[in-house]
Amino acid sequence: MKRLLTFLAMLLMLGSAHAAQPLPGDSVYQLPVQLTGQDGRQQLLSARRGRPQLVTMFYTSCKMVCPLIIDSLRLTRNALDPAIRSQIDLLAVSFDPARDDVATLRSYADKRKLDPRVWTLARAEPAQVRQLSGLLGLQYRQLPDGEFNHSSELILLDAEGRIAARTSVIGRLDPAFVKAITETVSSH
Amino acid sequence: MRALALACMGLLLALPAVAADYVALPGGRFTSVLPADGKAAAVQVAPFRLRTELVTNAEFLAFVKAHPQWQRDKVARILADARYLTQWTSADTLGDEVLPRQPVTRVSWFAAQAYCESEQARLPSWYEWEFAAAADATRRDARADPAWRESILGWYSRPSSTALPEIGGAANVYGVHDINGLVWEWVDDFNALMVASDSRDQGDPDLLKFCGAGALSMQQKENYAVLMRIAMLSALKAADTTNNMGFRCAKSGRGPTS
Repeated sequence: MKRLLTFLAMLLMLGSAHAAQPLPGDSVYQLPVQLTGQDGRQQLLSARRGRPQLVTMFYTSCKMVCPLIIDSLRLTRNALDPAIRSQIDLLAVSFDPARDDVATLRSYADKRKLDPRVWTLARAEPAQVRQLSGLLGLQYRQLPDGEFNHSSELILLDAEGRIAARTSVIGRLDPAFVKAITETVSSH
Repeated sequence: MRALALACMGLLLALPAVAADYVALPGGRFTSVLPADGKAAAVQVAPFRLRTELVTNAEFLAFVKAHPQWQRDKVARILADARYLTQWTSADTLGDEVLPRQPVTRVSWFAAQAYCESEQARLPSWYEWEFAAAADATRRDARADPAWRESILGWYSRPSSTALPEIGGAANVYGVHDINGLVWEWVDDFNALMVASDSRDQGDPDLLKFCGAGALSMQQKENYAVLMRIAMLSALKAADTTNNMGFRCAKSGRGPTS
């Protein structure tokens, strides 16, 4: 019992020690970006600190490349060893907050069978979408017909929110990216 | 009492001497170098207000004093690169080489955004900026005039090693100063300008990034003076700072009627 208490106390200390660590200057969590997930829950981007993340940006009404982006995220995750896989989360933020409301994100997640324990599809206010794209180094513009031109990339954030790797290989697996994820998660 | 007087003086000093001026621009249909649909469509610019002057060193200094997280020794590296404000003597001193009324440069897009927010404003969109910059002293759209282009190109060819002039150059027809010929300027959607016109093209990423320009910019081939600006903005990341990149702010709508 005493040992258990000591263990718990150590866990608590570890937990608080982590929270007290200053955020690295090159972490994307430096900027407060308010996300709303497909479950309607609001969360700061920085609340994802502590676990490595695979991040991308997309929009649900996009017919051509965005389904491929989601496929590529899934493909990448599936290519990881189960021990690595269980340590990362997936986040896809919409370029299109006007049309991608919570209900739309949720129905998209349902339709694509994206497990909510693993996947967060999120929206943010337009100014914050632009800020997030700046943080992640992604480009996008809206066209008069409501479609978007955008760069398509998968980005690996380490547990502190630093960009550890990225790939613009979409529609098939990028083995170098899988390797980078494995290395980053292992060193975590 | 004396302490109170001193505190009041301190407060006065901390405030910018004069609140920034914004002028109302009518907006309207506008033929951008960057057609809205990547082909030929004119864009519709809503009425907006634009800062008449670029943000100066003195103004930005007052901002970083009020918001120390934007001082060069405190700023998060992901929000501003290592060159951020390095022309100043220290984090909160301009020094002798830097003039208070010179436009501030070596500021990142994030820093420029934060400054504009402190004026209850935002960065202008590219279309707003381009709309305002199409004017000369007498015409709202002087772009067809070769002299207009020549003057901009003349500025491009000026060596960047010479000290930046102070703000307060000649105003254009709207009352906006120095929009052409002093510094490059951040726009809110700087990373929206050169995206591949068809996101389905998933080829070489470099090709994807830079070929979009061709598709987007063929409207006015003669207008390479403006295209150079787009190319410059598109090449930057949001944390980048350069010797010649400054900014001014904008606000939506017509503003209070007088």
